[in-house]
Amino acid sequence: MFRQARHIREKYLEANMWPSIFCQGCGIGTVLNCALRAIDKIGLDIDRTVFVSGIGCSSRIPGYIDADGLHTTHGRAIAFATGIKLANPDLTVIVFTGDGDLAGIGGNHFIHAARRNVDLTVICVNNYNYGMTGAQVSPTTPIGGITMTSPYGNVESPFDLSALAIGAGAPYVSRWTTAHPHETIMAVKKAIEKPGFAFVEVLASCPIGYGRKNDLKHGKDYLEWLKRNTIGRTRYTAMTPEEVLACDKIVIGELRNEPKPEFTAEWTRLVDGLFVE
Amino acid sequence: METSLKRAPDKAETRHKPSRPCTREDFDRVRRVLGRKVLFTQGDIAISYGALLAGCRFFAGYPITPATETAEIMSRLLPRVGGTCIQMEDEIASMGAIIGASWTGARSMTATSGPGFSLMQENIGYAAMTETPCVVVDVQRSGPSTGQPTEGAQGDIMQAKWGSHGDYELIALSPSTVQECLDLTIKAFNLADTYRVPVILLTDGIIGHMREKITLPEFEEVTITPRKQPSTSKEAYLPFADDGTQIPEMSTFGTGFRTYITGLTHTENGYPSTDNQPNHDRLIRRLCDKIRNNRDKIVEVERDYEDASRGETIGIVSYGATSRSVDYAVKALRQSGIKIDHLRIITNWPFPENEVVELAERVGRIVVPELNLGQACHSVREAVAGRCEITPLWKIGGEMHTPQEIMDAVRGNSD
Amino acid sequence: MRTELRFVASGGQGIILAGVILGEGAINDGKEAVQTQSYGPESRGGAARSEVIIADEEIDYPMVIAADCLVTLSQPGYDKYRTGIKPGATVIVDEDLVDVDEPPAGCTFHRLPFTKAADKLGNRIFTNIVVLGSVCAITGVVSQESLLEAVKANVPKRFLESNTQAFMEGVAIGRQALAQKG
Repeated sequence: MFRQARHIREKYLEANMWPSIFCQGCGIGTVLNCALRAIDKIGLDIDRTVFVSGIGCSSRIPGYIDADGLHTTHGRAIAFATGIKLANPDLTVIVFTGDGDLAGIGGNHFIHAARRNVDLTVICVNNYNYGMTGAQVSPTTPIGGITMTSPYGNVESPFDLSALAIGAGAPYVSRWTTAHPHETIMAVKKAIEKPGFAFVEVLASCPIGYGRKNDLKHGKDYLEWLKRNTIGRTRYTAMTPEEVLACDKIVIGELRNEPKPEFTAEWTRLVDGLFVE
Repeated sequence: METSLKRAPDKAETRHKPSRPCTREDFDRVRRVLGRKVLFTQGDIAISYGALLAGCRFFAGYPITPATETAEIMSRLLPRVGGTCIQMEDEIASMGAIIGASWTGARSMTATSGPGFSLMQENIGYAAMTETPCVVVDVQRSGPSTGQPTEGAQGDIMQAKWGSHGDYELIALSPSTVQECLDLTIKAFNLADTYRVPVILLTDGIIGHMREKITLPEFEEVTITPRKQPSTSKEAYLPFADDGTQIPEMSTFGTGFRTYITGLTHTENGYPSTDNQPNHDRLIRRLCDKIRNNRDKIVEVERDYEDASRGETIGIVSYGATSRSVDYAVKALRQSGIKIDHLRIITNWPFPENEVVELAERVGRIVVPELNLGQACHSVREAVAGRCEITPLWKIGGEMHTPQEIMDAVRGNSD
Repeated sequence: MRTELRFVASGGQGIILAGVILGEGAINDGKEAVQTQSYGPESRGGAARSEVIIADEEIDYPMVIAADCLVTLSQPGYDKYRTGIKPGATVIVDEDLVDVDEPPAGCTFHRLPFTKAADKLGNRIFTNIVVLGSVCAITGVVSQESLLEAVKANVPKRFLESNTQAFMEGVAIGRQALAQKG
């Protein structure tokens, strides 16, 4: 395990950037670790891979990877990534984003990219709040969640990001947590290999931001909370209707994996048919 | 590698190569696709033709009057020449997509009008900060807000320069004819690649929808200026290092240079450095100076001057569609014995200060007609600095100045 | 020599295309031409105006200052633009769509059966092409050959024959009108 960690660090991480900006107990490092291990498993050519992000804690991930990276404007990572992929379909394009970046300011790009089905892998670190700006309410903050801008408890209904991706037409959707690193690695691997818009939501600990205000100020407690409050898809689908009604846990697992015509493949076919020699 | 399984068409065989630099063969292909050498067409469409001839193979846009024709032509023709055209979900995404495409090596463009141009501003600032070459067409219409969608205007002159937050410089060009829409689009791509800067083609609904004769250039008549590629090894490459020209060499995504690009204040290696005053100062001054110091190389104007002495000659400074009214008026005024020096601005930004000063020293008064309530007039006044009088001539609402209105202002008959 | 032509109609009558074709015809003749248009945001029903300037040399001001030729297919169009013409201008109206008590003073006035002719050809969609034929015959601003070439280049292939027929019908109407004026 240690040897592998060193291998990952030396092969993929940008030496000049450490230490990271992430707080103690933050789940983003786990997501980065999982993503790199998935990339390593695939044997992806890192020189033909571009990492794209928006603004926020999780959007700093590409800065720690020794590869081409585009750290863009808030919410717009998927739009920039679409341009990269469509201008050079040979590249593998991976987007790192957070719940605010993806579903708040960037919600429109998210649903349209899922609908359009460009071959991108979007990994969302969902930690229920805007961490970078100091723990404000986000589109995924649970009802009652305390944040700096919901000091009396959140009264808004949150988005279920994976359900949103499925509803918008994403052909691959998985949800795991930072308490499930092995499953997350496998999900990212499948997402990168999926020819189309692949979405991996990772519920992540944010002990210093969201956690401190919601009785989860230790990373370890957070991980236990994530385990306790989630239920595997297989177990969930085996439940009786009464059990489903009574269940207030978040469903994790591979939530969708279906074939769907991919944009760049379709466009390339179109071009090959119309091209004037 | 497993990932290669995902693309159905054979990558080696496909004609879809938007990021590949264009060659003579590609230019000739565009000419074949366009057919006739002499065409009667609209400004918006001529912009598309210019872009294709310049090697633009990536277009992202969102429908908006009066710029939609550019997107329509790109969607029709790009697949035929191996490019990508995509209608994004909004103008913010369109601007993001062309920046992303640019980093793969593609010449990329979007086209919009006022409301969309407003939405693009944050990402235009990002392009300026990250020194990403790209072309943004703004077919100006009457504003603010939704305004008069089908009517031309020149109300975005200041927005083109100051639209995004912070200090930056970019280049903006104003065509006055449909032919110039084509020619200046080619020039816009060259300037974007030469200076690593977003270039705004500031046309308007009048020129954009007007049909005129255009003559397509031959390959020999067109200059294509490629980007400055990295001259160092991949290990030694610094994406934002000043090699003495203030314009860094630009790597291409996917070629092994492992370049990190951020809108945060960054050092020469591209990594964030947000609490270092001298570093921020050095970066932003370089971004501005690479344009300011090359002003004389970038600026293009057209002079129609008398060989006259100071005082009795009246000057006119105009640009874009307005220059057409001025040209008509100048002929009529000269016939009636009035001496006129007409300076037509082609490069709105950086502003042709020296050229305006030169005019101010020749004339007693300068008339500045604009289809707005005073925009370029500010820059003219700043350059003139009291050397002569200035008569602004503002018109809004969707109609051009009539030649008579220009003549009245020159004669001093207007209010 | 600068000739200014203005076409006014309701949106959907194809008057913008008529201006485009006329401009292209002038280009085919080796002349310079500019075509501009104005219309509301809707594609159908609003007021539509199409202007063409034709000249031997480069054209600066692209709009009509005072029309040498005004063609109107709508009453509001006629009422609005009847005054914006040069002395001696040619004014052409559709006899069924425009009521004129007294033609503008000093102009050559023609009241022509464009929509009737198009109806006879089977579809009102041909009205604009009939108009072009008549304008060609009456003004001579563009050669018939060049204009017909431009018509053919701007209509769907399957309607080539019927549009050619419409154009020639317009030419005949125009010639007849000229002959009547003597």
